[in-house]
Amino acid sequence: MSVDELVEGVLAGKRRSLARLLSLIEDEDVRAPKALSQLYRHTGRAHIVGVTGPPGSGKSTLVTQITKELRRRKKTVGIICVDPSSPFSGGALLGDRIRMQEHALDDDVYVRSMGTRGHLGGLARSTAEAVRAVDAFGKDVILVETVGAGQSEVEIIELAHTVVVTDVPGSGDDIQAIKAGIMEIADIFVVNKSDLEGAERKGAEINAMLETDIREKPWRPPVLLTNARTGEGVAELVDKISEHISCLRDSGLLEERGLQRSRDELEQMMEYKLTHQLLTELRGRPEYNEAIVRIAKRNEDPYTVAEKLVMDFLLKYREDAG
Amino acid sequence: MVTLAIESLYISTRGSPVSNPKRGGSLNSTKKIRVLVAKPGLDGHDRGAKVVARALRDAGMEVIYTGLRQTPEMIVRAAIDESVDCIGLSILSGAHMALFPKVMELLKKEDADDILVVGGGIIPEDDVPGLKKTGIAEIFGPGTPLESIIEYIQSHVRT
Ligand SMILES: Nc1nc2c(ncn2[C@@H]2O[C@H](COP(=O)(O)OP(=O)(O)OP(=O)(O)O)[C@@H](O)[C@H]2O)c(=O)[nH]1
Ligand SMILES: [Mg+2]
Repeated sequence: MSVDELVEGVLAGKRRSLARLLSLIEDEDVRAPKALSQLYRHTGRAHIVGVTGPPGSGKSTLVTQITKELRRRKKTVGIICVDPSSPFSGGALLGDRIRMQEHALDDDVYVRSMGTRGHLGGLARSTAEAVRAVDAFGKDVILVETVGAGQSEVEIIELAHTVVVTDVPGSGDDIQAIKAGIMEIADIFVVNKSDLEGAERKGAEINAMLETDIREKPWRPPVLLTNARTGEGVAELVDKISEHISCLRDSGLLEERGLQRSRDELEQMMEYKLTHQLLTELRGRPEYNEAIVRIAKRNEDPYTVAEKLVMDFLLKYREDAG
Repeated sequence: MVTLAIESLYISTRGSPVSNPKRGGSLNSTKKIRVLVAKPGLDGHDRGAKVVARALRDAGMEVIYTGLRQTPEMIVRAAIDESVDCIGLSILSGAHMALFPKVMELLKKEDADDILVVGGGIIPEDDVPGLKKTGIAEIFGPGTPLESIIEYIQSHVRT
């Protein structure tokens, strides 16, 4: 399938084209950035919602319930679930879909599982681009379930407009984890498994902690109780999720963050391009390899050599440009 | 000596963000075999399927597992959405002669019959030729060593 056909298929809403593109993205195939570059102007429309929290806290079950509620409200939904890849074999057991059977045949729901493939931070390296593809595909809301590691899933704030942090009753010591950073990333707290003993207390504890944050902000993270098995509390959660994006929009934060993200992405790409060009030019040249040997033997130092190579490179391009 | 040293230096930097870029061309392909392990029908447990799923993961594959009681429609939808290279169908209840061919028929209808399909569970010898005729590539009976399944998949998926 050519890049053009792929792009056409995604824009026409063909699941197979999207599925194919997602694989190219994950496999870091050269066709992926070509397709994404064409799709870019069709993106930026979806509301991206991250769901993160400790393993087994009910993220997948909650994502299903959120989806059900969104479908009731006539929204189309994309779901991306990230599970850890084994550091030993590189393989992964992707089991989040088990909890999402209810929507298995709904044409307006698209579910995709991803392994982290060695990436840390709660997402796979290519999750952001996968989300972009699903955005171009036209889903109204994209739910991203992170790996349930409990502490280090901070990457999700860069990707999602709205981050839902799930927790469960009991286990008072994960309040510590919340203090240690999760608090900073949550736009909405959910104490899931509200049918279990101690849910109210857990909610009160989180609320008490949030009160200690006296910074002036347009949005105060609410704390909600849900039972993801029955769906209790989920309509309120979905209300809050849409209130949050409205608040971002009204306060100008959405635009501000969008600019920041575009800047970060552009600079990252330029950095890669530059380094890649430079190295492609240098590698394989005998004098480059000789310089490395001299550095290793302490006949030269890397500070001076790096400076010189980069300056030469830039100068040469300035001359070429006239 | 010297060239050797440079060689290893080059190799050791290949894993860096420069040669394995976040975006753009891939020097080291990260392609993984993706497998859907599916249980059609009404079986009450999935211990066997889970053992196979874990073995495939340990062999480096990405295994999507969807749980019990899948209809052929659900299996085919999941296989397409997840772009799997292989579907492993496991069934104990005896409904394979109805359900396996149905999966194959739907795959064909969706133009997705390039996906390698293998079966397992409790399937009588006599049924195997009939199933293969519908396009199932291989049937693994109880007691098939896990290594044989892994090897079969590795050498038969489209690349
Ligand atoms: N009692 C109760 N159990 C729940 C609730 N929500 C989820 N569960 C159960 O908790 C278990 C884990 O649920 P998942 O949705 O798989 O949790 P998860 O956070 O996605 O797990 P990982 O992806 O493995 O980190 C399952 O057995 C669910 O049925 C709830 O509100 N109450
Ligand atoms: Mg999960």
